[in-house]
Amino acid sequence: MKNVKCECGHVNPLGTVICESCGRAVGENSKTNDLLDMRYEGTARRSQVRNQTIIDKIWNFFSSVKVGVVLIVLALIASAIGTIFPQEMNANLDKPANIYYEEKYGWFGKIYYLLGFHDLYSSWWYILLVASIGVSLVICSLDRAVPLYKALKKQRVPKHISFMKRQRFFNQKTVGNTEKLVVLAEELLKKSRYKVILDHGSLLAEKGRFSRWGPYVNHIGLIIFLIGVMLRFVPGFYVNEQLWVKEGETKVIPGTDMQYYLTNHKFLVEYYSEEDNEAYKNALEQKGAIVKNFQSNVTLYKASEKTLPGKNPELIKIKDDEIRVNKPLTVDSFSLFQASYKLNEISSMTLALTKKETGEEFGEITIDLTNPKDVYDLGNGYLVYLMSYFPDFVIKNGEPATNSPFPNNPAFAFKMVTPDKPEGEISFVAIQQNLEPMGENQYKMAFKNADFVNYTGLIVRKDLTLPIIAIGGAIFLIGVAQGSFWQHRRIWIKEDNGDLFIAGHTNKNWYGFMREIEKIFAGTEIPIPKDQGLEKEKKDTTNQGVDSVG
Amino acid sequence: MVELSSNFLHTSFILYLIAIVFLGGAIKQKKGINRNKDEKAPIAGKIGICITIAGFISQLGYFITRWIAAGHAPVSNMFEFVTFFSIMFVAGFILFYFLYRSVVLGLFTLPIVLLIIAYGSMFTKDITPLIPSLRSEWLTIHVMTVAAGEGILAISFVAGLIYLIKNIDHSKRTKKTVWLEVIIFGITTVLGFVIITSIFAMTGYKSEINWVNKEGQVEHYQYKLPPLLGPNEWELQTENRMEPLIELPAIIDAQKANTVVWSFLIGNVLYLLVRLITRKRVGQLLQPLVKNLDKDLLDEISYRSVLIGFPVFTLGGLIFAMIWAHIAWSRFWAWDPKEVWALVTWFFYAAFLHLRLSSGWHGEKSAWLAVIGFGIIMFNLIFVNLIIAGMHSYA
Repeated sequence: MKNVKCECGHVNPLGTVICESCGRAVGENSKTNDLLDMRYEGTARRSQVRNQTIIDKIWNFFSSVKVGVVLIVLALIASAIGTIFPQEMNANLDKPANIYYEEKYGWFGKIYYLLGFHDLYSSWWYILLVASIGVSLVICSLDRAVPLYKALKKQRVPKHISFMKRQRFFNQKTVGNTEKLVVLAEELLKKSRYKVILDHGSLLAEKGRFSRWGPYVNHIGLIIFLIGVMLRFVPGFYVNEQLWVKEGETKVIPGTDMQYYLTNHKFLVEYYSEEDNEAYKNALEQKGAIVKNFQSNVTLYKASEKTLPGKNPELIKIKDDEIRVNKPLTVDSFSLFQASYKLNEISSMTLALTKKETGEEFGEITIDLTNPKDVYDLGNGYLVYLMSYFPDFVIKNGEPATNSPFPNNPAFAFKMVTPDKPEGEISFVAIQQNLEPMGENQYKMAFKNADFVNYTGLIVRKDLTLPIIAIGGAIFLIGVAQGSFWQHRRIWIKEDNGDLFIAGHTNKNWYGFMREIEKIFAGTEIPIPKDQGLEKEKKDTTNQGVDSVG
Repeated sequence: MVELSSNFLHTSFILYLIAIVFLGGAIKQKKGINRNKDEKAPIAGKIGICITIAGFISQLGYFITRWIAAGHAPVSNMFEFVTFFSIMFVAGFILFYFLYRSVVLGLFTLPIVLLIIAYGSMFTKDITPLIPSLRSEWLTIHVMTVAAGEGILAISFVAGLIYLIKNIDHSKRTKKTVWLEVIIFGITTVLGFVIITSIFAMTGYKSEINWVNKEGQVEHYQYKLPPLLGPNEWELQTENRMEPLIELPAIIDAQKANTVVWSFLIGNVLYLLVRLITRKRVGQLLQPLVKNLDKDLLDEISYRSVLIGFPVFTLGGLIFAMIWAHIAWSRFWAWDPKEVWALVTWFFYAAFLHLRLSSGWHGEKSAWLAVIGFGIIMFNLIFVNLIIAGMHSYA
C-alpha cells in the first residue's frame, strides 16, 4: 500500500486528502485553491483504500452513502406501492385473493396480485430491501466513524496557513500585538464554553464535538430496532392468539400453556348521548349512534399447580377487571386486548319432539350450541339422537357443511326414536327448514325458542421483542437529537509575523456560527472571519458550499 | 364556548391577513450571513410579526376553548387536525423568525396558512365524540407531536419555494420554470376548491342523486356542487337541478371526482387570469419580492427546519404512533396506509439528509426536495385520509 507524504514531512495513509498533521491539502486536492472538503476530516476510509478481496468489494458497495440513499428510495417507492390497494392482511377478503383483487379492481388489480403486491410487506424482496438498509447502516457507519474518531482525537493545533485559507470562514489582519490577542481570544472563547488549546502561538477552540457522533448513535438505535423486529420470528418471543368467550363462559387463555383462565361475565357496547356533552348534539344527529365504549367484564384465574394432568384444574382467582379498547388486561408478559365482539348469537335452541298428526308433544330438548350432547333421553322410550351438527350451515358441493365453528346458522340431523318407530326416523332441521331425507315421517322436531348471548373477541398477545424495539427507538431518537440540535464548531487562530489569521468550521448552521463569532470578538481587534463560501459562490454558481457529515 | 372558539379562529384569520400587508411592506430588508450590522429591521416588519403573534395567540384561544367544549383535545377530525396543523405551521414560522429574523418567510408562510385554515373549514365543524379506539391520552400526544413536526418541516418547504422563485432563471421557459408553475398551480387549485365550495355553501346548493354501484345496488349522494361528473346510472331526486354532464363508471367515486374537477377548473381560471393580465409567469411575478434575499440563508433555513422537524416528526409520527397502536390495536405496526405514508415521509427526509450530507445536494436541489417533502406530507394529510380507506379515515 502506498502512503502519501505531505510537504511537512508527515506520512499519511493512502486516501487521505488533508494532511493529518498540518492540514495542508494532499493529493489531487493540493492543485487547486477551492475550499477544502472537510467531510470526515479528509481521512482515509477503508472503502477507499482496499479493494482486493470479495469482502472488500461488498464492503465498498455498502459503504457508499449513495447506495444507502438508493436503498432508502427503493424502500420508499415499494412502501408507497403497497398502499394502492388494501393489503391482503388488512382487507377482510371474502374471496380468495387471486379472485378478489381482479373482481374488485379489474385488470390492474389482477396485475397487482400477480406481482405479489397484495402481500408486499412480507414479500422476500421487501424484507431483503430492509435488511440491505440495515447492512448499509452498519458498514457506512463503521467505515466513517472509526477514522473520524481517530482524526478528531489526534488533531493537531497548529495548522498550515493554506489549510486556514481554504476554510469557508477565514480572515487575516495585520495587528501589532498578536500574542496578546491570542491570549485574549483564548479567554473570550473559554467564556463561551469553547475548549481551547494553545500550541506555539496557534489556537484551536472547539465546541460540540459530541454532535458528530449523532448519526452513528442513531444508526446503532436503528440496528437494535431491526434486530428486535427480527426476533419476533424466534419461537417464544411472540404469541398472537384469538380468544372468543361468550358471556358466562370460562375458557383457557391460549398461548399461556394452560396457565391462565378467563371468565367473561358481560360484554357491553355503550353509545353516546347528548347527556355526555351538549356539544355532541350536531354530530349525533348527523351520524346517528356513535359508539362510546366496548367493554368486557372479566375475571382472570390462574390454574393451580397441584392440578393432576388430565383433570380439570383448580382455578385461583387473580383479579376482576374491565377490558376496554385502549385499556388491555396485562398479566405476566401477556396482554388481552378488546378486539371484536358478536352480539345476540344463538347460544342454545329448544325443540320439541312432536307427533305431526295430533300435534302432541313428548318432551323438549335444549341443545347447547357450543357443546351439544349426542343423545337426549325424553323418557318413556322417547329418545333423540343428534347425528350431525352444522353450526354455520351451508350446502357445499351438494352436501351439508359448516362455514365456521360459530353457530351463525345452526342445522341438525336428528334420529327420533319412539315407541311406534323403534328403528328411528331421520329429520334434518335448519332455521325455517325441516327436511325428511328418508321419506315421510310421523314425528318432527318443532322449534320452540332460542337463547341469545354476547361474545367478546379478545386478542392474546405476548411480545418480548418490545423492550428491545423500545430501546432501539430511544437510542435512535437520542442520536438524531444529538446530531440535529447541536453542531460541532471549531475556530483556528494563528499568529505569524504580526499577522493574525482566523478560520472557522462548523458541520452545520453557519449563520448561527457567524453570529456567535461576531458576539465573542465584538469590540476587539481580532478579525471577524468572512464567509468565503458565499463569495466563492457568487463567482462560480456551480460550486456549492459543503457541509461535513458526522 | 363553541361559538367563542370559532370567533377566535375567525379573528386569527383576519389578523394573519393584516399581518401579510405589513410583512409585505418590509421586504426590502436585506439579510445574509455577511449582513451589515448597522442595518435596522424595518418597523413594518416588526408590526407584521406582532400581529402574526397576536393571530397565533388567538388561534391558541380557539384551540383551548374548543378543547374545553369538546372534553378532548380538538385533533380528532379533519377540520380539527388541519386547523391544528395551521397553528403549528405558524408556530414554526415564529420560531424561525426568532432564529433568523427573516420577514419574507412570513410573507410566504401566512398566505399558505390562510389557505390551510380555509381548506380545513370546508369540512364539518361539528364536535364529534371519540370512538373507543380514539379514547386515549395518546390521541393528544401522538397527533399534536405529528402536527408540530409537520409544521416545522413545512417551513423548509416555504424556504425552498422562496429559494426556487429567487434562483430560477425566469427569462425563458425551462423544465424548472414549468415545475415551479406546477407547484404554484397546485396552490391555486386549493384556492379554487375553497372559493367554489364556499360559494355553493353560501347559496345552500344541494342536489340529491341516486345511482347504481358496482354490486348493482342503488346508492345515494348529496352533491353540494353542481354535478359536472355524475355517478353511474344517475337519477336526479331534486327538482330544478342541473343534470350531470358526464357519467362516470361505478368504480370511481363520482362525487369526489366532481369536487376535484371543479377545484381544478376554478384554479385554472384564476391562474390563467393572472397569466393573461400580467403576461408573466407567476414565479416571475413573485421574483422581485425576494430578490434581496441571501440564498445561502434560505438554504440554511430550509435545512435547519428539516433538522429540527425530522426528530419531532419521528417521535410523533412513528414512535408515539407505535406506542399507541400497540395499546389500541395490540400491534405496534399494522401497515395501515396512513402509517405507511408516515414511513414514506420519514424515508424521504432521511434520504434528503443523506443526500445533503454526503452528495452535496445543497441550494437548488435541496430546495426542490424540500418542496417535494411537503408534497408528501400534504398527500398523506389529504389524499390518504379521503381516498385510501384505512383505520385513519375519520373525515
